[in-house]
Formats: sequence, structure tokens, C-alpha cells
Amino acid sequence: MTWLRQGGIGAFIIRRLLLGVLVLVLVSILVFAATQALGDPARAILGRDATPASLAALRAELDLDQSVLGQYLSWAGGLLNGDLGNSLAAQQPVTELLGSRLVNSSVLVLCAAVISIPLSIAIGSWAALRREKAFDTVSSSAMLALAALPEFVVAVLLVMLFATTVLQVLPAISPISPGQRPWDVPEGLVLPTATLVLAVAPYVARIMRASMVEVLESDYVEMARLKGLPERTVLIRHALPNAIGPVFQVIAINLAYLAGGVVVIEYVFNYSGIGSALQDAVVNHDIPVVQALAMLIAGVYVLLNLLADVATILVTPRLRTRL
Amino acid sequence: MPAAVSVRNLQIETTSGVPVVMDVSFQIAPGEVLGVVGESGSGKTTVGLALLGHARRGLRIAGGEVLVGDQDILMLDVEHLRRLRGSTVSYVPQDPASSLNPALRIGIQLREVLQAHAGGRGRDHDERIAETMREVALSDDPTYLRRYPHELSGGQQQRVGLAMAFANRPRLIVLDEPTTGLDVTTQATVLSTVRELAAAHNVAALYVSHDLAVVAALARRVAVMYAGRVVEFGFAEELFESSAHPYTQRLVGAIPRLTGGRSLLGIPGHAPSPGRRPPGCAFAPRCTMHIPECDAQIPPLSPVGPEHSARCIRAVEVMPQTQARAGDPVDVAPAAGSAVLTLENVVARYGKVEVLHSINLQLEHHECLAVVGESGSGKTTTARSIAGLHRDWTGSIRLGDKELETSARSRSTESRRQIQYIFQNPYGSLNPRKTVGETVGQPLAVFGIAKGREADHRVGLMLEQVSLSAAYARRYPDQLSGGERQRVAIARALISSPSILVCDEVTSALDVSVQAAIVELLGQLQRDLGLSMVFVTHNLPLVRSIAQKVVVLSEGSIVEYGETAQVLADPQQPYTQQLIAHTPSLETATAEARVGEQRRPVIER
Repeated sequence: MTWLRQGGIGAFIIRRLLLGVLVLVLVSILVFAATQALGDPARAILGRDATPASLAALRAELDLDQSVLGQYLSWAGGLLNGDLGNSLAAQQPVTELLGSRLVNSSVLVLCAAVISIPLSIAIGSWAALRREKAFDTVSSSAMLALAALPEFVVAVLLVMLFATTVLQVLPAISPISPGQRPWDVPEGLVLPTATLVLAVAPYVARIMRASMVEVLESDYVEMARLKGLPERTVLIRHALPNAIGPVFQVIAINLAYLAGGVVVIEYVFNYSGIGSALQDAVVNHDIPVVQALAMLIAGVYVLLNLLADVATILVTPRLRTRL
Repeated sequence: MPAAVSVRNLQIETTSGVPVVMDVSFQIAPGEVLGVVGESGSGKTTVGLALLGHARRGLRIAGGEVLVGDQDILMLDVEHLRRLRGSTVSYVPQDPASSLNPALRIGIQLREVLQAHAGGRGRDHDERIAETMREVALSDDPTYLRRYPHELSGGQQQRVGLAMAFANRPRLIVLDEPTTGLDVTTQATVLSTVRELAAAHNVAALYVSHDLAVVAALARRVAVMYAGRVVEFGFAEELFESSAHPYTQRLVGAIPRLTGGRSLLGIPGHAPSPGRRPPGCAFAPRCTMHIPECDAQIPPLSPVGPEHSARCIRAVEVMPQTQARAGDPVDVAPAAGSAVLTLENVVARYGKVEVLHSINLQLEHHECLAVVGESGSGKTTTARSIAGLHRDWTGSIRLGDKELETSARSRSTESRRQIQYIFQNPYGSLNPRKTVGETVGQPLAVFGIAKGREADHRVGLMLEQVSLSAAYARRYPDQLSGGERQRVAIARALISSPSILVCDEVTSALDVSVQAAIVELLGQLQRDLGLSMVFVTHNLPLVRSIAQKVVVLSEGSIVEYGETAQVLADPQQPYTQQLIAHTPSLETATAEARVGEQRRPVIER
């Protein structure tokens, strides 16, 4: 096992993946315990009029007559085999139910990430360069205001601006009918994506600005300028790689937040993704779906944090050579 | 001979218009090294950076000329200035560890300075890079160039800094305290590299430092700066032997001496910050020769001899005094002979590495024992083991006849009270969120000595004893200068009346004049309070003024151990001899200044 401790970046990733699996096991226990508290699924399905006999029959069908430990083990075993059980409400396998919604949400999150990350890094860096000048003052205040607004307010404002009250250039809601893919209705993606971008960009931009300000004050940036390097080289080769390290962590946290935080946005825009699925599932006591989504979001968190750590190590030789 | 650089009436002010540097003029000939000496805040670094047309954030160059050849670089536009920097004029920064980009291999950082000025890409400059690396005595092996800065020692990092500065064969090079923080031996080799390169390539150099002794090792002519002005200008040996400004005189008095243990004289008070400078001579408030006329107007820089000028209206009276005003000989009282601290066969480790090999020492009552060595010699580990801050050691450390536990945590309250520790860096060792009073008073509460008004009273007395006033109790560390902070740290260590004080490089982060004042204070407190003291330092001449005994460590072993006067006058071991030879002191400085005299650059035309 010594190679795991000293095997460079590869061993580090394996080590962290093993830890991630451990985290997911713990999360699965918590998720399972918490969903037990949602109530009796059999009663939820059959409603108030259910007879004791029909309840018992349904419980047997859903394996609810086993011990709690037994239920957990069979559920966890299913997870490992990619079998997430059947949705209680829709009476179809969870994987089938969530498959297309997962694609829809991923497209939304990816669009938001692809736009917001470069944008916020650019805004943050530029604000740091123009520190205490007009652009910095304006962008910093705007970012603070945006960070303070809940995203459903941003969503509603955008809808008013572009879909209803002021202009009517974009659809106010973005439903995706079964069989359709998000890119079949690109105009429907604009407002949800914009809302997510506005929700995430302020945090990343502010941390990027702070990190960049610190790096621009550093001795090695002053030295790079005194060596007579062109300003472009100073910024791109000397400042940026050092400033971006801490930002990776914030990006990861925000992307993971996006994965879980699309709930509200999807609800506002009636976008059929995992967010609205989660909301429906909780309302319907559809425990297998809730469990599957909770595990999915936890997995995204673990993976994104791992990616952020790897990225930080790759841009920080001091950490890299220590591995 | 035309000057390589000529500075006229340089004025630098803050962006809000407060003057920082005023009326600075000098010339440097090709191949000459000009020294600029001053304490922190004197404006010496600001002047150095102005030679590259650069002013730090919050400052701007308000007037004057910096002629490099016949080009006034202050008139250049941004693009021309960029082309000048790193090629015609280059810079070697103070702290190589923070000035090299941690994310870039040193080869890339070296190559880019060539590419930025000569163009080219890829492997175009390989030969030039290898040549430059050899010039600064580093390996020219391509695998070495693939290292990151953190994979190099401090001395190697600074050599990379020198390589970058010399790579484009500049006409002028500005060195900003490039050896601060380096070992004496490393410092000596870096200095000789600078000297050789400057002479070999006929480069003019400006060498900025707070340490007159270090500057004299390199520079023939020296400008002394105080509160933004040059107060004296002359040959190094003249400044040592017949300085014409009282400030220079006090600065010389603060340099540790190897021979004859004289007390170091600190300069009371501190330099006025920009915007609070008095209307007359800025040094007047701290000057012992102050007369009312001093406050009338800023004295002009007047000649007092050939190529020697000073900004003092009483210069003629000052000049004959220098030798007389050196510190009085120190009568270091003999120790009482009973051991208060005994180290027997102490072996310390960091992880699997043994860093101390069988250390045997004895500290006697009323004795100051200096522990001297370079970084990595184990001197700080010895001190930390004594205080129980380093826990991974075996052997025996006895306080009186009581065996001490390895870690401070498992020692009794009483033995913790008996041994107090002062850290190297006063900027890091004081909690910025606590007032001086809270910091100094804390041991009283921890050891249950006093509380309430009684504690406040004791804190006040203690602050007076370290030459601060009781009013300092309400201040926060960021309102204090480095020297004042270190006095607070001393007060915190002494308030619990310990019997042993462990001082870990307590002056290495301070200016020379402040160092003198702190050593003076520690010596006086030791005599007054009957303390026993372990004084860790890398500066051998410094111990002459304070310690009865000295132990020289190298690579975790004791090399030499004996009476201070004897060890310094007649070192038996080659290692000690080498250490003494490499340490800047008043004696080495004057000797260097004389050698420098013979090395006067000869320019053939």
C-alpha cells in the first residue's frame, strides 16, 4: 500500500476516490434514514381508504415487510447494480423516469457553467487590474447586489424584463415535452441559463478579484514587471495561474450548488429536469426517486470537489512535487 | 569618465502629495558599486526602484532626472520603459523566495527575461542561459533548470535572481538587500558573485541595505539615507572613521564588533514617517548634539572633505568624535558557577531525521550562553527543546536538579514559568487582536501571579522596564515598530520572573540600530534581574557584547564551546574561523573598505 501514499497524482486521485466512496456510503445511510421519516409509502400510494389487507399486500410487494437493515441493504445493493428501484407514483423504473430529466438538467447546468466560469474569472481579474477605478467599483457593487438577491427573484425579474412586462422576446416558461431534447427549443434555455449564471457568477467573480488583487501585489508580479516582461505575459503567465488556485474550490462548490439548486429555477420556468422531479417526488412521497436524486447530488458534490482539488494541485507545483 | 547612471534631484511623493524622498542626487560610474544605507522607512528601496522608473502602489515619482547614459528614464513612455527594465537596468529583489514565481520553473523565469528583450522562442537562448547559470555558480544542467523555486535553497534562489538580473548584461543593476535572510556564508558568496560580475562586465550597481557593514563589503562609496534624504555621502572607510553626520555615527556605533566586547549603542526613538517630519533636520529630535539652529531649516548637503559631504550644520564638530563615541567596553560579569540548566546527551529528531546529535551544555547562574550557527545547524531546535516546544528529543535536560519532561505541555506550571521564550519574528509572535497590555499581562493570569489592578500595575512597570511607557498597554501590535514589538515580547517573557530566558534570533528581523538597542536592553535586564540566558543567533560579533560563553553548532553537533572572548579571538576550529570571516562586523567592514580602496575600478579609455 505504500505506493498509494507516494505514488504521485495518480495515487492521490485513487486515494481521494476511495474516500469519496466512503463519503457516499455514509450519505446513503443518512439519506435512507431521512427518507424513512417521509412516512409510509404504501399508505401514500393507496390513500386514506386503503384497507389493512391491501396495505399489507403492497408492503410485501415493496419489500417493506423486511427489517430496516434488510431494506437498506437491498436498496444499497440495487444502487451498486444501477437498479434504483421503481417510482411509486409513476410505476416505472426510476432510471427510466429520471434519464431524460437528467439530460435536461445537465444541459442547463453545463450551459450555465460554460458561460459563468470564464465570465466571472474575466470580470474578477479585470476588476482587480482596475482596482478602485470605475469598472471595479461598479462591478463589485453589482456583484454584491446580485449575490444578495435570491435566485427566484432574479428569475422573476428576468421574466418581466424579457418575456412579459417590458419586452416579449423570450418564452416565460420553458417546458420540454416528452421526447424533446433541450436543444430542440434553444430559446427556452436562455432565461433559465441566464438566471443560473447571475446566481453563480457573483461569488466566483468576487473570490477571483480578491485572489487576483493579492497576486498582483505579490513580489513575483512586481519582479516580472521589473524584468521588462510585456504586461500580457505578466498577467497570463505570472498572475493568472497563481490567482486561480483558490478559485477552483469556489467554482466546484458553486457548480455542485447548481446541481442541487436548479430546483427553484426549474420550478419557476416549469423546466422538466431533476429539480422539478425532486419536488414532485417529495410531494408524492415517492421515496425511491427522492433517494436516487439525493445520492446523485451527493455524488456530484464529491466528484466536483475531487476535480477542484486535482486542478488546484496541478497549478501549484509546491503541492504537486510533495505528492 | 561618463557616469553609467546619474540621478538629479529625485523627488518621490505619495499619490496624495506627501513627500517621501527628497533631493536625492548621485552618480555611479561603470563598474562601480554605490551603497545606500538606511533604516526601514528611510526611502532607500523607493530610490532603488525609481532607477527602473518604478514606484510602488501609493507612490509616484514627482520630479528629478534619472539619466542612464544620456536618456532620462523618467521621461520614457510605458513601452520604452518596459524595454529598459531587465535589459539596460535590472533589479535583484530583497526576498528571493517571494520574488520568484512559485508556479514557474526557474528555467522559464530565466528564459523569459532573454525572450522579452532579445526576442526568439523555444530553445534559442539555451547557450546564454547555461552561461549565465555558470556565472552565478549554479548548475547549467537542463534538469536543474526544470526545478521549481521551492526546490532550491535560499542562497540558490538568490543566485537565480542574480542570473536573471545579469542575463541581458545591463548597464545598471539595483540590488535591494539581496542577502537579508541568508546565512553569513551564503551571504559572503552571493556578495562576492555580485562583486565579480559587476567588475567583469563593467556594470554599475546600486546596493541598498540597512547594514552598513554589509554595504561596506561591496561598495566603495556609500550614501546614508534618513527620513527620505541623503544625510551623508562618502567613502565607506570615511564613514566608519570620521563620519560627519551624527546619524551615521550612531549607525556605526550599532555595528557589532569582533574585538573588545563593547556595548552596542542603539539609537533611541525612531525615524519620523513621511508627513510627520520636522521642519528642520529630521534627525534633530533623536540627536544628542541638537541645538536650536537645527530646527530652523533643513541643512544643505555640504562638502566636508574630498567626495565627502554631510547634511549637518555641526559636521565639523561631529567628525573628530566617531572613535570616542563607540560603546563602552562591556564588563560581562562572571557567572556564579552553579548550573541552572544542564543538557546531557540531547538527541533531537524531525520525523526520521536526526537534527541534533548528542548535545551537552551547561548554563550557569547569571550566565548568557550564545548558541551560534547557520540555518540547519540545529541552534533553534536546541532552544525549542529546552523550552519544550520541540518534543521529539531524547536525553536529559535538567532545570537545577529537576529533570524536565520533553514537551512544555507535560511540564509543571512552575518549570514552564521558569523558562520563557522570545521568538525571532516580533511581527508573528504577538496576537494582532490583543492589546499590548493583554499580551504582557497574560502570563500573570496563566501562572496565577496577579490579577485585576495589581496585574495592570505590574504590566505598567514591566513596560517601563523594557523602555516603553505604561501607556503602550492600550495599543495594538500594528501600531508599533518592529523594535517596539520585540520589547513587548521581552516584557511578556520577563513578567513572570523566569530564571531562564531563551532568545531565538530575536534581532534578525530588525534593523542594525534597533538590534543594538534590543541587545543593549537584554544585557542590562540580564545584569539587573540576575537572569540566565540562552541567546541563539547566527551573528557571531553580536554575542561579543552580551554572552560570557558561546557554543558553535554545525549540522547538529557542537563544533566549539568556550569563553566568548577566547573563541572569537582565537577560534580553534576551521568552521568557526570561516564563520567569523564571513560575518560582517565593524572590523571586517573597515578591512573590506580598505581592500575596496585598492580595487578602485580602473577604466581604460
